Amino acid sequence: MYDVLIIGCGIVGAATAFELSKYDLKVGVLERYNDVANGATKANSAILHAGFDPKPTTKMAPLNVKGVKLAKQICKDMSVEYRELPSLVLAFNERDLKHINVLYKRGLDNGVEGMKILTKEETLTLEPEVAPNVLGALYAPAAIVNPWGYALALAEVAVVNGVKLHLSCEVKAIEKCEDSTFEVTTTGGTFRSKYIVNAAGAFSENIHEMVGGTGFIQDNVCGQYYVLDKSEGKRVNSVIFQCPDERGKGVLVSPTVHGNLIVGPDAYRVNDGDAVATDKDTIHLLKARGMKSVPGINFREVIHEYAGVRPNTQIDDFIIEESPYCKNFVNLAGIKSPGLSAAPAIAIEAAEILASCGLAMNKKDSYETKRECIAFRHLSDEEKIEVIKKNPLYGHIICRCETVTEGEIVDAIHRPIVPRSIDAIKRRCNAGMGRCQGGFCSPKVHEILARELGCSMDDIIMDEDGSYILIGRTKEGIHYEK
Amino acid sequence: MKNNYDVVIIGGGPAGLAAAISAYETGASVLVVERDREVGGILNQCIHNGFGLHYFKEELTGPEYAGKFADKLSQTEADVLIDTMVLKIENAGDIKKVHCISTENGYQIIDAKSVVLCMGCRERTRGAIAIPGDRPAGVLTAGTAQRYVNIEGWMPGKRIVILGSGDIGLIMARRMTLEGAKVLACIELCPYSNGLTRNIVQCLDDFDIPLYLSHTITDIVGRQRVEKVVVSKVDENRMPIPGSEFEIECDTLLLSVGLIPENELTKGAGIELDRRTNGAFVYENMQTSVDGIFASGNVVHVHDLVDFVTAESTKAGKAAAEYALGKRVDSNDCITVNNGPGVNYTVPQRIRTSNLDKVVEVFFRTNAVRGASVIKVLSGDTVVGEYKRERMAPGEMEKIVLPAAKLKALSADITVSVESL
Amino acid sequence: MINLVCIICPRGCRLTVDEKHGNAVSGNLCPRGAAYALSEVTDSRRTITSTIKIEGSYCQRCPVKSERPIPKGLMFEAMKELNAASIKAPVKVGDVVLENVCGTGINFISTKTM
Repeated sequence: MYDVLIIGCGIVGAATAFELSKYDLKVGVLERYNDVANGATKANSAILHAGFDPKPTTKMAPLNVKGVKLAKQICKDMSVEYRELPSLVLAFNERDLKHINVLYKRGLDNGVEGMKILTKEETLTLEPEVAPNVLGALYAPAAIVNPWGYALALAEVAVVNGVKLHLSCEVKAIEKCEDSTFEVTTTGGTFRSKYIVNAAGAFSENIHEMVGGTGFIQDNVCGQYYVLDKSEGKRVNSVIFQCPDERGKGVLVSPTVHGNLIVGPDAYRVNDGDAVATDKDTIHLLKARGMKSVPGINFREVIHEYAGVRPNTQIDDFIIEESPYCKNFVNLAGIKSPGLSAAPAIAIEAAEILASCGLAMNKKDSYETKRECIAFRHLSDEEKIEVIKKNPLYGHIICRCETVTEGEIVDAIHRPIVPRSIDAIKRRCNAGMGRCQGGFCSPKVHEILARELGCSMDDIIMDEDGSYILIGRTKEGIHYEK
Repeated sequence: MKNNYDVVIIGGGPAGLAAAISAYETGASVLVVERDREVGGILNQCIHNGFGLHYFKEELTGPEYAGKFADKLSQTEADVLIDTMVLKIENAGDIKKVHCISTENGYQIIDAKSVVLCMGCRERTRGAIAIPGDRPAGVLTAGTAQRYVNIEGWMPGKRIVILGSGDIGLIMARRMTLEGAKVLACIELCPYSNGLTRNIVQCLDDFDIPLYLSHTITDIVGRQRVEKVVVSKVDENRMPIPGSEFEIECDTLLLSVGLIPENELTKGAGIELDRRTNGAFVYENMQTSVDGIFASGNVVHVHDLVDFVTAESTKAGKAAAEYALGKRVDSNDCITVNNGPGVNYTVPQRIRTSNLDKVVEVFFRTNAVRGASVIKVLSGDTVVGEYKRERMAPGEMEKIVLPAAKLKALSADITVSVESL
Repeated sequence: MINLVCIICPRGCRLTVDEKHGNAVSGNLCPRGAAYALSEVTDSRRTITSTIKIEGSYCQRCPVKSERPIPKGLMFEAMKELNAASIKAPVKVGDVVLENVCGTGINFISTKTM
């Protein structure tokens, strides 16, 4: 019997698991995928927003501002790639100039510090690659983060603190028992718990319905992005937003913590919360929209495209409350942007709601808040020399594009949340994320995974369960079709 | 293990092996740094035949071709570091500092008087050409599949579609068929194949594999594993024609959509790159824009035939050794080779005429499939040379030989152009 | 008239064989083309390159080729024999790894020292 079961291990579920792991509680997390951070958390803009965008009356506004402050320390403590940089909202016409002033005032109401309205000249001095027809910009301090690394780190420390993570457990039904506890049936077994936290992202409505809940309607939005080679990564040194126009919210151009440049997203409604397909017509339009802000982007350097679902509902705010339809069932739903920014603050609020529902919350005497993880590519020459001396596997480069060593991959496999697929290694170590997209390193990562997990090469999958890579050995069991 | 050499060669594929042998024979002390567990580079997985017809006058497989050079190198005093990756090249004036790491030797900094870059190329990916659709397993480059099948002995799929009719894709069509897979189609965006005609005949026609010219893949369907691909015909601008779509049920999509010289170290060393080749600008002796750093093989421009990689690298290795040994002083007089109509790029891009002995070879690719054509080399109004060809295609690299005497007499740059007759 | 593309070298000559006039070959730029065209219309053959199972090496497959071209119609039969075979390391480039494939008198040889 768990005290709390969290459904979903994206950034919200992981942050909540970490928060609850500080207390004397039996906490479990149910994740339908074979790895954490596999939904909205792995495919978004990877930005920790300043907090000027949400309206002051929303839950989003204070949680955004509080969340990014907490994120800074968490990322530092847990070896999560994180970089502070300016964000600019560009104005290209009178309407835009009015809009950035509205955002500026809203930011002040929300308690955002360090904002300024920049003139045309100031904007172009800060970012010479911005289109010369810019009229001004709203400046605010922001940060970029490795979003799946952030969720993984939180989940991993939660596991170290005693939280049980159940992967490949898709929730199929929830029964309220007579003793008012819950019985949760999943594809990976049945679990019982006194409290439930619904952090199921794009599927929150489905989970809520299982306990008879209604009241919010999932209205998921999909967005596509381009990823450009590191050769374009220094094109800008700020997150560049546009003002909304008749085509929507505007496309952003941003460096990533990995040193690449991203351009996106567009936005369109999707019924399928799993929609991650890109389509040619939509993504092609992003080029012109990105070049409105930064005309010099060299799209010949594109290395990857991705699409991600934002867990929207019809309510223009986060839904963070005990369900009015079911006692001891807490919804953390509709966590669209700025959800990544707000996550640690949402987690604290979730803990407070659980306490107010009657859950006894006693802080442990001690718990882990730190996590160490070596990324060879970020080390100085001297540190590289030392780390190879300690573990010679750090002297063997597996992914040449991203300079990822065998040492990092082997370490990742033996961490508390075990990666079981090529993409899980990609998310942990960056191998395969570069310009050759795993062309050279994926067979090598494949071999290391099989060796370290003690399984056959054809047991290793690319990502989700069922994403097999190999069908069998050559020369064995071959039948020639006529 | 020494930590200083006259010449350090980065990469032990066909380019690096030839450069190393040539540099050694010129009298230099030589080190080859190879990232893999053996030298030979990509030839180790190219187990098909067709290599060496120019150089050895016999038809060899990739491992045999590489083996001949590896054997020859092992009979010299040149050193080879395997499983060793070069992280960066620091240009400290007369000395180049080559930073490399390995499990065996840790972090090493090796001093070189000259360096030859022989890192080869990588394959263009799904991401680079933005093939839309789902993100299932079963989409891989032909080269990755080649490694799985030929080296590791694993089959990546049973029902295969190949996008791109480059040579690697064609070769893999035959390899997969012989190993028991069904190759359903080869899809080519261009109205012509980018591979050698002999490969169309013996890799597709022999096995009745259909080749769809002027077609592309407009959707990949499958959540966990490829289930089908959608193929569309394209118009003369290579844009998909709505309504022309048809589906092919398959479990694997192999990509053979081009190669890109791998020049990350080159960029890091501050060497000037040519946007047309994606490789370094090179002089007649394969020196890059940085004194003492040379480059040859697919890292400079993508070749069709390894024989030409060997010839080019022999030149580079010799020049690197001469530089290191102080045997030659390069003059600054230089003519630029410009691309005229019909020419996509040339290598070399720059010629120092005082360095020339008798002739200089210029390699280039034309921009379209042509019948009978004439290649013209002009300097202003002066005709430097005219060369006739029966047919020309972008998939086949051209070579012309310019006499040094004519170039030395010129006062202006030259332009290479191609006209269909 | 039979039209062929020569596969002997990368040049890819377009060949014509006139079967009404004693299989006269035209379009070839070298004598090897004429020989290829004649054999292609009378007894079409291909060199097979593949791998064979190997034990005791760092890899589990060793690259091989047929010493000479074998009849085109026997390619898959030859593959079946090759799939069933297995060798032990060490093996040198040029060593025979499978004799007399499909009774043709032609051997498969290793193309790598392993």
